[in-house]
Amino acid sequence: MLLAALAASLLVALVVAQGAFADAFTPESGGSQQADDIDTLYKITLYVAIVIFLIVEGTLIWSLTRHRHRRGGPEAAQIRGNTPLELGWTVGAALILVVLTVITFVYLDDIKNPPPSGPDGLASQAQFASLDQPNPPAGGGQTLNIVVSGRQYVWRYDYPGDEPLYSFYEMVVPTGTTVTLDVKAADVIHSWWIPKLGGKVDGVPGHVNKTWFKIPRGREGVYRGQCAELCGANHADMRAEVRAVTPEEFTSWADRTRTDIQQAGQDLAKQRERRLREGETD
Amino acid sequence: MTFAQRLTAPGWYRAALGTALMFAFGGALVVGVRALYGWDPLFNWDAIITVGALIAAPFGYLVGIGCFDYWFYWASGRPTRPEDHSGHGARSWKDYFRVNTDHKVIGIQYIVTTMFFFIAGGLMAMLMRAELAQPGTQFVDPNTFNGLFSVHASLMIFLFIIPVFAGIANFVIPLMIGAPDMAFPRLNALSFWMLPIAGVMMLASFFVEGGAFATGWTAYAPLSTETPLGQQFFTVGVQFAGASSIATALNFLVTIITMRAPGMTFWRMPLLVWANFTTSLLVVIATPFIAGSQFFVLLDRSLGTHFFTPGAGGDVLMYQHVFWFYSHPAVYIMMLPGFGIISEVISTNARKPVFGYRMMAFSLVAIVILGFTVWAHHMFVSGMFSWLRVPMMITTMLIAVPTGIKIFSWLATLWRGVIHLRTPMLFALGFITMFTLGGISGIMLAVVPFDIHVSDTYFIVAHIHYVLFGGSVFTIFAGIYHWFPKMTGRMYDETLGKLHFWLSFIFFNLTFGPMHLVGIDGMPRRVADYAEQYATWNAIISISAFIFGASFLIFLYNMIASWRHGPAAAANPWRAHSIEWQVSSPPPIFNFDEIPTVVGGPYEYGTPGAVHAVFKEKAPAQVPAPAGGGGAPPPTE
Ligand SMILES: [Cu+2]
Ligand SMILES: [Cu+2]
Repeated sequence: MLLAALAASLLVALVVAQGAFADAFTPESGGSQQADDIDTLYKITLYVAIVIFLIVEGTLIWSLTRHRHRRGGPEAAQIRGNTPLELGWTVGAALILVVLTVITFVYLDDIKNPPPSGPDGLASQAQFASLDQPNPPAGGGQTLNIVVSGRQYVWRYDYPGDEPLYSFYEMVVPTGTTVTLDVKAADVIHSWWIPKLGGKVDGVPGHVNKTWFKIPRGREGVYRGQCAELCGANHADMRAEVRAVTPEEFTSWADRTRTDIQQAGQDLAKQRERRLREGETD
Repeated sequence: MTFAQRLTAPGWYRAALGTALMFAFGGALVVGVRALYGWDPLFNWDAIITVGALIAAPFGYLVGIGCFDYWFYWASGRPTRPEDHSGHGARSWKDYFRVNTDHKVIGIQYIVTTMFFFIAGGLMAMLMRAELAQPGTQFVDPNTFNGLFSVHASLMIFLFIIPVFAGIANFVIPLMIGAPDMAFPRLNALSFWMLPIAGVMMLASFFVEGGAFATGWTAYAPLSTETPLGQQFFTVGVQFAGASSIATALNFLVTIITMRAPGMTFWRMPLLVWANFTTSLLVVIATPFIAGSQFFVLLDRSLGTHFFTPGAGGDVLMYQHVFWFYSHPAVYIMMLPGFGIISEVISTNARKPVFGYRMMAFSLVAIVILGFTVWAHHMFVSGMFSWLRVPMMITTMLIAVPTGIKIFSWLATLWRGVIHLRTPMLFALGFITMFTLGGISGIMLAVVPFDIHVSDTYFIVAHIHYVLFGGSVFTIFAGIYHWFPKMTGRMYDETLGKLHFWLSFIFFNLTFGPMHLVGIDGMPRRVADYAEQYATWNAIISISAFIFGASFLIFLYNMIASWRHGPAAAANPWRAHSIEWQVSSPPPIFNFDEIPTVVGGPYEYGTPGAVHAVFKEKAPAQVPAPAGGGGAPPPTE
């Protein structure tokens, strides 16, 4: 009875804990090549993990069923060790881990270095291009570099260009374009993360951390995320959004926003001037 | 006793007086200095609380309760109380509430005190699960929620897992190695009495302005240097917990090195002794680093230094390096003693020697060494040098090898044994299952890109609880059930024990298993509110968590009821061979009337007539026996 219960609950444990490893619950992918790579890597590790777990649980349950204490049963075998076996599983475990490390290595390069923008991207529009990448994309081409700065409890995005272009909370990016991010923080540590776009990275005061993503054309839409590093009382509300639009829409958004910002700046200057004048007359 | 006598004799009255006096002294110091500098306001309560309540008052309490009496007498040349061990042993329950130098009393003091903080931390977890049962905010505001998980983690780590192992080891290790007590009994008492200071401080932080410290148990700078006064309670509290644990570790090292019974070579020590030896090495080497990291924070906060101010030459990432240089080894500080307990429990209940005894000991040593080479795997997303990620990934993978060896060896110990499924054994087997899962998710976390995806999500919460609850806490339960007869002289209720196991095993998995899923799905940790898409899972998790929490009440009832009314325990109910089982339950006040002589390995269960140690008066023909790995040949009659 006890054994049945044990087996049943192990099954529950398997289903629940290992359910984490079911295909339906793999990391989000489909937004960016990088996220897809993470997904693949995860699955490889997962299959290795399942095999190891099954071996451990198999041995455990086998021993429990076959070697339970029974009146008049056999004596315990006095096995103190078995050098070949011990060496075997030491080397075996090490080998599995070496293989995992090597596979990770292979993917790591791909994940770390940004690819060039696609031909259908924003590449031709030099206005948005940034060439200050530490690792320029292997195939040449240009990228859009956005400075992301976190402060309690909002994200600010600064776009390149002579005239100021920035936004808060919602980042607008063109599809088909490699977007590189310089992540900073003004007060405490924050962490930039849009799950579907992979690449979580901390914004650390005094440091500039880099990451990137690229949303293929045809995947326009809104990608949501939130700050992933505890940054104070309202950390849970520090959300972020990436709105991916076609490069054409992006250009018009940028023009519009630039004008708005300029307009707002001029309004502000006028207001200040007026107040100053009124102050003088007072 | 007159009131004046009470106030001068060591005890709670003098402790209260000392606390008050030292608080007044600290406060006066602050006010005096501010007056001299002409600062305004004169009464800066943040500074008065820091200096008076957090730093000065604890020393008043320690002196008052009587931790330093002997040393003061000795240092001032007054006659010290003779070494009659009159402070030894507990004759009534009141003896547990005063300074006592008996390792068995201290062990129980540790276990009961830490259980109190375990309950406090557990209740906070329940409150958090209530809040998280549905999206939105229902019970607590976000800042309180941040305080809850911060204090929860700090209590569980610094006031439960680490010290409860010290408690179990305090009781068991001297008996196990055939020593009359620890090497430094007075230091041992001081270590224990420092501990509640840390816990009380962490709990008290809820009552100061701005609420409890809310920066997580990791207290990352510069958040921790900017938050309200509550943070100070963590920063200083950790110092007391750390000092307590360093002093205990030193004590264990000296005790194990110098006080083993004749014949007890290192290769004849039970694996629990090995485990505590290696743990103590870790504690002594690593703990000063967290003390350092928190002193930096304290100095930045209180004295205006700039260790973590980027604009003034400080570096924020330095905090994380120093912090994790302790806090990764801390995971093994919380794990290795449990490994030792599991080896004892499995071998005894499978009636077999531990498979690969020497490899088991070597792998402990390997973990100690490798444990210091992996800290930066907690910083894969923090933007440290990216080249550093690869070596850290490799060492993190490597450390799984000695851990794997241990799991395989336990399985091989079960293999063809005669398995008695008593409560401690159930917990040991549950531990193997859950720790394997925690280890596997640990390896997945070593894979840098995957780590970047799930770090700071509920996957981490799941992983840490599989390692520290399914791992450490299950070994603690196993250990407490296993040695309960020895500690109390009474048997626990086996049926309730088994019920406790099954409920906690099932609902542990139902609570923390799904957290892997929501984590991979992108739910961040340390948030009071979350997106609608995670609502179903969180409701399930919360319900399981409540049942899981309630299962602890069975344990509590079992322990209290059995301690008071349980049937008397035999000296050796499990037919174990290690020395603590060869004396009465509970052991005599001075452990041994005669120091035992060790004649063989500790796990020779299947060899007829084999013994681990002999006492002179009933010494059988002494057989020269090989070491732990070698076993003893059957004695010739
Ligand atoms: Cu945040
Ligand atoms: Cu670690």
